[in-house]
Amino acid sequence: MEEILSLFYENREFIFLIIVSIFLGIEVISNVPAVLHTPLMSGANAIHGVVIIGSIIIMLQADPGNYYALVLGFLAVILGTLNVVGGFVVTNRMLEMFKKKSK
Amino acid sequence: MDIKLLGLSLLELSYIVASVTFILGLKMLSSPDKARKGNLIAGYGMGLAIAATILFKEEFSPDKWLNYSLILAGLIIGTVIGVRMALKVKMTAMPQMVSFFNGMGGACAGVISLVEFDHLRHGGEVSTGMLIVILLGLIIGSVSFSGSMIAYGKLEGKIADKALPAGQIINILLLIAIFGLAGFLAISGNLSMPMLYGLLTLSLLYGVLFVMPIGGADMPVVISLLNSFTGMAAAFGGFLYGNQAMLTGGILVGSAGTILTVLMCTAMNRSLTNVIIGSFGGGNAASAKSGEQGTIKEISVTDAAILLAYANKVSVVPGYGLAVAQAQHTVHNLEKLLEDKGVELTYAIHPVAGRMPGHMNVLLAEADVPYPKLLEMEDANEGMASTDVVLVIGANDVVNPAAENDPSSPIYGMPVVKVWNAKNIIVLKRSMGKGYAGIENELFFHPKNRMLFGDAKDSLEKLIAELKNL
Repeated sequence: MEEILSLFYENREFIFLIIVSIFLGIEVISNVPAVLHTPLMSGANAIHGVVIIGSIIIMLQADPGNYYALVLGFLAVILGTLNVVGGFVVTNRMLEMFKKKSK
Repeated sequence: MDIKLLGLSLLELSYIVASVTFILGLKMLSSPDKARKGNLIAGYGMGLAIAATILFKEEFSPDKWLNYSLILAGLIIGTVIGVRMALKVKMTAMPQMVSFFNGMGGACAGVISLVEFDHLRHGGEVSTGMLIVILLGLIIGSVSFSGSMIAYGKLEGKIADKALPAGQIINILLLIAIFGLAGFLAISGNLSMPMLYGLLTLSLLYGVLFVMPIGGADMPVVISLLNSFTGMAAAFGGFLYGNQAMLTGGILVGSAGTILTVLMCTAMNRSLTNVIIGSFGGGNAASAKSGEQGTIKEISVTDAAILLAYANKVSVVPGYGLAVAQAQHTVHNLEKLLEDKGVELTYAIHPVAGRMPGHMNVLLAEADVPYPKLLEMEDANEGMASTDVVLVIGANDVVNPAAENDPSSPIYGMPVVKVWNAKNIIVLKRSMGKGYAGIENELFFHPKNRMLFGDAKDSLEKLIAELKNL
């Protein structure tokens, strides 16, 4: 119990941030027209690629002799990059078609 | 000035900027004019956050040259493969592409947890809170990865729908095992690697079994759900590293993805639980009504062309078949031809037609069909009674009257395009096969309906040729 209380206390600012972000996410999405559901899902998909930062931190902090961390971290960087780059490029391709038309 | 402090301040500043770009990006993605700009802005924010992390997170030390080269190599490899895949993929294969990239993000989160768990074993203070965050990141990331890969395989047509007998019970037992094991690891503080790999295996297995029985009609909902899972996994990573950019990015996608999932379920008039437990495509109720089929009338290309040419109002209901046949440009040509003949043509877009919400909009946008011609389902249904001809192109479940009048049907209660209110119906279809939900469609036997069999693109091209001869 004490563990959980101290976890809450130490991270109170993050918990605050998390709750505000949840409401923000809901608010930002709630008015999206059906036309944009696919690009939106795809764009959101690219944004959670931010997880790549975690893999970079692993690589930066890994001891140069720790091959377990280096190999897995390297793999994670590739996976995360795929998510970010692929996600944004695919979304851009979808939206390019929308733009062409509105002229 | 202290160089280190400067670096760390720049790092945090770039995270704040990145978080703002994510919020702005998502907001702009909600409006057609700004969507593309929004995506680019979020992309720049992401680039900034990545560059700042590499430059400022740790002080550079020469003996870490291997670490830095591996980071750069990973970024380059990922970029080359990612760009190639994203540029090569056909518009029709977009949903599975999104699912694939989503799986990559989930895998990344899972791998991070594997490394951090090992990190705790080699020194570092072990706290229950930290362990919970690492374990949840591993579970959710792995489920998202294996689930997305199965969704990808299914949409590619490489994996068939399969429901295990007692599948639901197995899934519940798996969940109990996963959380039991995770709870044990977290509370006991036992840092056993074999147990961690056990947890990884169970989570991967759960992802597979979770998506396996779900039919294609529900695939959009599942992809959206897995998307928000990966968002949550990214947020756990943010919590672990005290990283605001990861936290805001992850949570935003987690909550926005959940809302999008709910919106999709609403469009199909079903609850999320029903989608997950219901196994839409299981086919159990499929043959129940096969006894009372009527006769099917075919229509020739010439008759169909004449019917269309002398109509005042034509409504096109596109579905997945249009995407498969790559007929979006052909249908746009037909539209222009009919417009020249003074026919008023609109498209009736069912929110979940195709394999993703908005799939038809994206596809028709590719063929330069103007926005105002794309009617949302409610508007299309209002004008249906005054419509002379409805052209159903490769759509099935979204025009099935059973959703309105057959309580035993698995899609009963789902809003559909009420094409039977129009004066004539022409269904373009390859064969008498069932739709993705695996159920019969009595529309095909409807007195007003006539079938034009063949590949959607071929049939449309023949129609265009006929119309030009009239």
